[in-house]
Amino acid sequence: MWEYSDKVREHFFNPRNSGPLEEANGIGDVGSIQCGDALRLMLKVEPETEIILDAHFQTFGCGSAIASSSALTEMVKGKTLDEALQVSNQDIADFLDGLPPEKMHCSVMGREALQAAIANYRGEVWSDDHEEGALICKCFAIDAVMIEDVVKANNLNTVEEVTFYTKAGGGCAACHEGIEEILAQVKAERAGPGETSPPPACPATPDAPKPPSKKLSIVEKIKKIEEVLDSVRPMLQRDHGDVELADVQGKKIYVHLKGACSGCMMEAATLGGIQQKMIEALGELVQVLPSSHMPVEA
Amino acid sequence: MEAKPIYLDNNATTRVDPVVVEAMLPFFTEHFGNASSIHAFGSEVGKALKKARAQVQALIGAEHDSEIIFTSCGTESDSTAILSALKAQPERNTVITTNVEHPAILTLCEWLEKEGYVVHKLKVDKKGRIDMDEYKSLLHDRVAIVSAMWANNETGTIFPVEEMAELAAAKGIMFHTDAVQAVGKIPIDLKNTKIDMLSLSGHKLHAPKGIGVLYLRRGCRFRPLLRGGHQERGRRAGTEASASIVALGKACEMAMHNMEVENTEVRRLRDKLEAGILSQITHCFPTGDVSKRLPNTSNIAFEYIEGEAILLLLNKQGIAASSGSACTSGSLEPSHVMRAMGIPYTAAHGTIRFSLSVYNTEEEIDRVITAVPPIVAQLRKLSPYWTDKGPATNPEASFAPTYA
Repeated sequence: MWEYSDKVREHFFNPRNSGPLEEANGIGDVGSIQCGDALRLMLKVEPETEIILDAHFQTFGCGSAIASSSALTEMVKGKTLDEALQVSNQDIADFLDGLPPEKMHCSVMGREALQAAIANYRGEVWSDDHEEGALICKCFAIDAVMIEDVVKANNLNTVEEVTFYTKAGGGCAACHEGIEEILAQVKAERAGPGETSPPPACPATPDAPKPPSKKLSIVEKIKKIEEVLDSVRPMLQRDHGDVELADVQGKKIYVHLKGACSGCMMEAATLGGIQQKMIEALGELVQVLPSSHMPVEA
Repeated sequence: MEAKPIYLDNNATTRVDPVVVEAMLPFFTEHFGNASSIHAFGSEVGKALKKARAQVQALIGAEHDSEIIFTSCGTESDSTAILSALKAQPERNTVITTNVEHPAILTLCEWLEKEGYVVHKLKVDKKGRIDMDEYKSLLHDRVAIVSAMWANNETGTIFPVEEMAELAAAKGIMFHTDAVQAVGKIPIDLKNTKIDMLSLSGHKLHAPKGIGVLYLRRGCRFRPLLRGGHQERGRRAGTEASASIVALGKACEMAMHNMEVENTEVRRLRDKLEAGILSQITHCFPTGDVSKRLPNTSNIAFEYIEGEAILLLLNKQGIAASSGSACTSGSLEPSHVMRAMGIPYTAAHGTIRFSLSVYNTEEEIDRVITAVPPIVAQLRKLSPYWTDKGPATNPEASFAPTYA
């Protein structure tokens, strides 16, 4: 059974704002009974100020789906619509002191219901353009279509790269076989008929890079390092995290992981991905380490 | 003070009986020897294993005690049986099974398909019964083995495996049954059947986890899964888990003794529980073939609510059961057994399995009958598919999400 936080349990056992809301003027229905989760979010919005006066929910779903719905209604009440739209799924999870990785999709459903309800109030049509395929990574709810698209778009070759781009495979690792199958299939499509060699599994050490044409000066090196960090920053910020360069000592690059990234179970995978990019950009083998690993100065 | 917990999840696993624990304990300390050794430490263990083998043999009605092969679990027995049949008969490339098997069979079969074997999965009707005509039509000389469960773990539905084995034998096809749920709950007499192989698991019948058996009919061609030492007559290498084997033997002896209680008293309590729930709650129904099922199992689908939520609320009152809902397994799909029976999604996610044992009491069952209706009512109040007058008229249409 899942380890739910006390707050999840509390919101499940005593859900706030449940049941129909007669005066609702913005209603968002998301989810599907096939997947076992469906949520109707009902908002009562004051037209002049666009302030959410009241919010109710009805949910068909598991403990964390009901708790996420309850949390969401508490979080958006009193906010303006624009403020409410700032609420991310991570905010919902944080409000509940975290959700098990397998249950993060419940908070995503909350966030989608919010978008749908606000779109409904504004007379817009909200549609989810995400095409769903077979679920591959259960930890992060990543399906086959998403993995295949990302593999194709970025020409990925290893499970490790897929994890860095999509998070798939970064949790329990049970889906690595499934990811390898997708990689093999895309590779076969790329190569055309005939060739189907399996993709390499996660390499313990990255392949040796090509020798650099000339040695970089320390300033050039740090510039390149910053460029790499800039390139990964948007992805981290999407998850409410950030990264900053702390120090460079020889072949060791120390970074501060901030916000949601620090202590996240994905920290190692994130650093591994950054390291791969550093090695490519610098043309030499370097190690990317969290700043907590920096040697203490004498 | 919290009330005493009530365990109604015996198809998942069972409590090891204290008598069984007592029987196995000496085999950790004074009788720690290796049964293969020539000295006295070993020979004591050898005798104990022989006794355990006879106790298992008696419970399943095997003709010879050498037909009992101790393994580590039901899954190992299942894999051994199917892979053996394919390896021993390279000219046969087909496996027939059903689409309601345990993952121990289904996941293996999916992998076999990738390896190039042909797998036919028999469909079931809305009560979980297979179509014998379809089955007969699939028996041909490329079939290496048929594997069908004796009783379904989710619904308790019993398959006519004895009849199926006769039909397979008539065509010269091996027959295996995954009987982990059936052994100890219903009488089994293998010597009077054509079943070639049978899997059982200790922890489903009050023995510890980590011990199982593959029954292998004398004369049935066999290829071991694990090769190594000569243990189990070379059919399953690896030092015997003597303490667990002794425990399983004892548990089998007790199961034999309790067989009648299981089919009278346990059945009566199960029927009382089911009737008590069905009479108080609308829009719920038992799944599977209720006229032909294990005496201890009741699987009830509660429409318009989700199983994990029900389990959490039951657990709060100290009641342990299980669900076929997607959320409890971490997947997004409800139980493959419910889908195979065509149970609508509105109900499949809300299935709860109550599985009893000889340890359950009348008082416990009464408490559960009282506890369930308010829980269902509470969750239905939260459900967008439910109104205070009952299910939303045409629920699928009244709640039509932006995407599905």
